[in-house]
Amino acid sequence: MLEIKGLMADLQDEDKTILKGVDLNIGAGEVHAIMGPNGSGKSTLSYILSGKDGYEVTGGSAALDGDDLLDMEPEERAAAGLFLAFQYPVEIPGVGNMTFLRTAVNAQRKARGEDELSAGDFLKIVRAKAKDLQIDADMLKRPVNVGFSGGEKKRNEILQMAMLEPKMCILDETDSGLDVDAMKLVAEGVNALRSAGRSFLVITHYQRLLDHIKPDVVHIMADGRIIKTGGPELALEVENNGYADLLAEVV
Amino acid sequence: MAVAKLKSDATEARLAGLTLPAGLDTARKDALSRLIATGLPHKRDEYWKYTDPASLTQADAPQAALFHNDEGPMFDAIDRVKIVFVDGVFDADASDDLAADGVTITRLSDVADADIHWATELYGTLEARGQTPVERPLAALNSAFASDGVLIHATGKASKPINLIYLHGDTGSDVMLHSLVKVDAGAEVTLLETGPAAARFNSVLEVDVASKGAFHHVRSQGRDHERRAVTHCFARIEDEALFKSFTLTVNGKLTRNECIIEMLGDDAVAHVAGACVGDGNDFHHDDTVFITHDALNGESRQVFKKVLRNGAVGVFQGKILVKAGAQKTDGYQISQSLLLDEDSQFLAKPELEIYADDVACSHGSTSGAIDEDALFYLQSRGVPRQAATDLLTLAFLAESLEEIADEALADDLRERLEGWMARRG
Repeated sequence: MLEIKGLMADLQDEDKTILKGVDLNIGAGEVHAIMGPNGSGKSTLSYILSGKDGYEVTGGSAALDGDDLLDMEPEERAAAGLFLAFQYPVEIPGVGNMTFLRTAVNAQRKARGEDELSAGDFLKIVRAKAKDLQIDADMLKRPVNVGFSGGEKKRNEILQMAMLEPKMCILDETDSGLDVDAMKLVAEGVNALRSAGRSFLVITHYQRLLDHIKPDVVHIMADGRIIKTGGPELALEVENNGYADLLAEVV
Repeated sequence: MAVAKLKSDATEARLAGLTLPAGLDTARKDALSRLIATGLPHKRDEYWKYTDPASLTQADAPQAALFHNDEGPMFDAIDRVKIVFVDGVFDADASDDLAADGVTITRLSDVADADIHWATELYGTLEARGQTPVERPLAALNSAFASDGVLIHATGKASKPINLIYLHGDTGSDVMLHSLVKVDAGAEVTLLETGPAAARFNSVLEVDVASKGAFHHVRSQGRDHERRAVTHCFARIEDEALFKSFTLTVNGKLTRNECIIEMLGDDAVAHVAGACVGDGNDFHHDDTVFITHDALNGESRQVFKKVLRNGAVGVFQGKILVKAGAQKTDGYQISQSLLLDEDSQFLAKPELEIYADDVACSHGSTSGAIDEDALFYLQSRGVPRQAATDLLTLAFLAESLEEIADEALADDLRERLEGWMARRG
């Protein structure tokens, strides 16, 4: 599904290398987690995969189902099935959440050569999915993320994911800023979307999210590289011992 | 002295070909005296620092190509009284009967034959009051020479909006129209103004709103790229009266919209708003607002939003004057521009002048580029960059459109804007 080979990237305008050769292979239906200390390059990886400005890829490749991601505009990546759940979802005053969702869904359908959803059909689908995530009508009406609590913002991300039905979902520290109940709700939303054809890359600092979204594979990232890969037990090891031991091991 | 001489020469040249129309003789002569006393404006006048009035004051109107499109008329789905002027000339065939419940409508050019007491009394009066503390000579020019216009007297709640439709059919047309609105105590009327009107349009609107009356004004100035316009709206509002005005400006070489409001009664409310979309280095748009609070507990709000690209220039000069004794005034003013490139320019001069000690007044002015984070967020959800930019642009303008009380009118404007953006130009 997602194949990353030797990916290297600099922060533009600053002579700073962030990714120093990332290798990652996520098969269809798999859930991978990336853990790592602050500044290891986890979020940068998610931004580069989704096409954010400000980074320069200096080497390597990233492909989604064989298509070169790095060559596409962000909206093309989205239409190809990539989705990034933001660590800090952006507030957009003046754009209603519903308008935003419908615009996004229909833009992707159009890009894929499918018919746009009618207003009625869209409304039916969005209401049902919103209900599962305990997103009320008011949240759908309000401007995108404006005045939303941390939990509401993250639930709104998952709603977008549910509406857009991507095949490769990247969750960038979706647990940050969430209390235990909110995290459970978000995790349930994610788990409901798990399927044989859909893969996940879960970026997190903490093991606790992985109690709720069970990963198949856990990677440890440090200093722009994946330094260790293992099963779910690796996350527990981090939880118990911190990153220091792992980092020392590599050195 | 050099400027004074330039101004008097320009005024003389402008007046050379003009004769005072019949009717309202005293008011017109008085207006002419006011104009001659001040002379036409010049770019060295402080009030015209950011907008060169030369093309508005020169003797002949600069040519303006006609803009053709296949769009239907604005507000077509709304039941309204249509009053059509083509290059300032009333078109009886295209117009509806000048009648609606709760309101009487007369043409200005008929006032000479009919004794319309209120109109004779109001014509030029608010314009004359509006000449201090700042001169507005182009409004005096209009009061003296306006060829036609509409007199609207709301005696109750008008059963439907009145739509002045200004069509532009001649590339060299030079038009002055002057309309009056009198809203009786407790009465209510909505005035719509649509279209470019002429190659050069000078419009004056005088609005007198009595106690508990309400006046709603929604205007869209057409899409002709080359037209020029100077408009003045003078309003006087009494106790608990409501005045709301919104203007949408898209295209046009030069637009100067002045709005001068005197809040003379307690608990009065005045909202003035504008949305402007300018594209190209020959686009210049100027909103100049002067609100005077002269009574207790007044609320005024100015909300102006401009989207500028490809070298377009936007100007905002907004003033709130709170006179001594106008306690508990709540004055708010915001002017913002979205600059879509580095060539475009926004010039703002917000002013507060306050002589009362128990008031809440605020003003803010910003100009900035499009929010790249929001743009990326939309793109990451599959919305192409251009569509995302349009969506954010409309969102930026939304706050000013929210000032329109009537949802159907606001929706019509919103849909037009979306369509215009999708079509570019």
